[in-house]
Amino acid sequence: MTLTSSTLSPIHGAIVVGASSGIGEAMARRLAREGYSVALVARRVDRLNAICDEINAQLGTKRAFAYPHDVTHFDEVPTLFQTVLRDLERIKIVVYSSGVMPTMALNEYNFEKDRLMIDVNVLGAIAWLNQAAILFDRLGSGHIVGISSVSGVRGRVVNPGYGMTKAALTTYLESLRNRLTRKGVHVLTVKPGFVDTDMFRATGRAASMAISSDQAAGDIWKAIRARKQILYTPARWAWIMLVIRYIPSFIFRRLSI
Amino acid sequence: MDYVSHPLHPLFYFQKTFYLVIRERNCSLIIVSLFIVFMPTSDRLTLLQNFGRSIKSAAYIYRPSHTEHVAEIFSLAAEREFKIGLRGSGRSYGDASLNAGGIILDLRRMNRIIEWGPESGVIKVEPGVTIQQIWQYTLEDGWWLPVVPGTMFPTIGGCLAMNIHGKNNYVAGPIGEHVLEFEALLPTDELITCSPQRNADLFYAMIGGAGVLGVFTSITMQMKKIYSGNVWVDAWSAPTLRAMMDDFEPIKGESDYLVGWVDGTHSRGRGQIHRATYLHGDEDHEPTQTLSVEFQTLPDTFLGVMPKSLLWRFMRPFMNDLGTTLVNTAKYYHARLFEHRKRYVQSLVAFNFLLDYVPNWEKSYGSGGLIQYQSFIPREQAHDAFVEMLRLCQKRGLPTYLGVLKRHRPDQFLLTHAVDGYSLAMDFPAKQGNRIDLQKLADDMNEIVLSAGGRFYFAKDSTLNANVVKRYLGEDTMDRFRKLKARCDPDGLLETELYRRLLS
Repeated sequence: MTLTSSTLSPIHGAIVVGASSGIGEAMARRLAREGYSVALVARRVDRLNAICDEINAQLGTKRAFAYPHDVTHFDEVPTLFQTVLRDLERIKIVVYSSGVMPTMALNEYNFEKDRLMIDVNVLGAIAWLNQAAILFDRLGSGHIVGISSVSGVRGRVVNPGYGMTKAALTTYLESLRNRLTRKGVHVLTVKPGFVDTDMFRATGRAASMAISSDQAAGDIWKAIRARKQILYTPARWAWIMLVIRYIPSFIFRRLSI
Repeated sequence: MDYVSHPLHPLFYFQKTFYLVIRERNCSLIIVSLFIVFMPTSDRLTLLQNFGRSIKSAAYIYRPSHTEHVAEIFSLAAEREFKIGLRGSGRSYGDASLNAGGIILDLRRMNRIIEWGPESGVIKVEPGVTIQQIWQYTLEDGWWLPVVPGTMFPTIGGCLAMNIHGKNNYVAGPIGEHVLEFEALLPTDELITCSPQRNADLFYAMIGGAGVLGVFTSITMQMKKIYSGNVWVDAWSAPTLRAMMDDFEPIKGESDYLVGWVDGTHSRGRGQIHRATYLHGDEDHEPTQTLSVEFQTLPDTFLGVMPKSLLWRFMRPFMNDLGTTLVNTAKYYHARLFEHRKRYVQSLVAFNFLLDYVPNWEKSYGSGGLIQYQSFIPREQAHDAFVEMLRLCQKRGLPTYLGVLKRHRPDQFLLTHAVDGYSLAMDFPAKQGNRIDLQKLADDMNEIVLSAGGRFYFAKDSTLNANVVKRYLGEDTMDRFRKLKARCDPDGLLETELYRRLLS
């Protein structure tokens, strides 16, 4: 795909937070391929630089830019957001993909792990997406993409903290959507099922159950273009969650999912 | 160098020392508190657009009201490595006053009239003063701006940065030729005074310099003496562009203003000529009446009934290829049948500020906005090149909705757009679906203009590229400009989207 920048059709920018692995990395690669200048934000500097170099080498032009940042350093976010906006000039898409899910035994209650999940999965998302909301509110356009999870739909016996953070993120994104749709901004809540990422592998499930993160990124890109509100990827999880959502509590509390 | 440095406000130097502390990273507490205070906060983040409403750009906006404030923002921007773009009323058609992701200095609050000499006609103003403010201030003393654009809303700072011209460019030159002196604050914190005699190199470069060399802080200009608030207007139609140009040449010596409307949907460019001359001596029997602001004020209703603020909405349904063809044809035959060889008096404001006749007319182009493509071509080559361009537009299915022909003469400003010849300004709707084709059309028209020895105008442009600019300005001019840029703004603080696109 050849791309020329002109005033009438400028190259737009995208920010992907949590771009050093998983769905974030795949999204960064996809957006760069689709012609965006992409700011990759993540903590692991080496990994980040390697991905940027790879994308730029593949495309033969500088499209990926690395911004090392730990999402739990909330105070740095406004300044870093400004720096990215300054460098890319125009930002059209902000994807928040950072997320952690420490392994948690069924009888484990661990405040430190829960707090880490709240910091990364919720507060980091709010810090970044608030900035995106301000910008897009002013612009009257833009796409906010939050990677939530099917885990946020019900409180399950496995990892209470994780499900809680994803429920919080889903509700936060819904609020953003209700605030910003009237301003012309599109907010997409992504609820991945089994996607073959580091997080998925840590659960010990068979890789054959999952789709690749590139496939997930493809679904997300299509959903952005179609201005879809909620995306289950893979799509069959919409049906699975429809069932799970309506399992009555007296049954659900006896299940081990 | 003949730079004169004026002392700035003492608080400014106090603040400078704090920035030094930051730079040296000696005192971390102060660093933190200053960052909080001086970081461009998100409430400054503002959506800005070009006048054509075809480009969207978000920037952190600052509205200084004194030179000291400008100097403060220079320091702030340098510290955070932000670029600063200057902006007045934002009436440039393209990206000349946009700076996405950076800082925009909106200079409209520096809008004081500093000195006025009703005997000499010399006026000294701050850069945010508008054309409207000036004529309303001086008219009753019998003075008019020697050069005005087609609208009264631009600021004088913006007019100088773009070195605007009017329908009298072939006789009066650009506005810069009527500037006696200006003061400017450079990003190096020097306050300099420039005139054709003093710092002449900067005088001829900053006027027309697209606002990237420094900030005008005061402008002293010679106004034109007039004896009436009216002008004689002659109107007649021309069946082709050739006929229009043939009509222009013999009468330009005895006309104060000349302008041609060109029907861009017609293959040979038919249209209508308007020519105006000032009233002299006692031709106006009631000059005190015509020289009053009330007399000059444009009516706010159309045909006496419809509020003009609504008019653009009624134009909206005609802003398509078919509608424009119909309107243009009707306009041409109206001119041919009812206004041919007609002579009448019109107020200076009504004649000059035609673009203000319908408020917000640019909105009638819809959400995609519009662009203007204006090229300046030497007299001998102008006709053939313009006709070739008009036909190319029609062939591509991108007819121009409004064409305006003007006569020009060269001037000595560094980045001048003027030639001894003609300019044709063409408005195009920019829609979601035609932007790539429109850019391609502009690229192809650039080649026609360049091979005819033509030039371009930054106030109108949104489609040129750096290579085209280098070709028409020449390597020498570009070098001289770059050297001045390095001298005035060694850290490259002043930038706009137009500068990054064309001049950097």
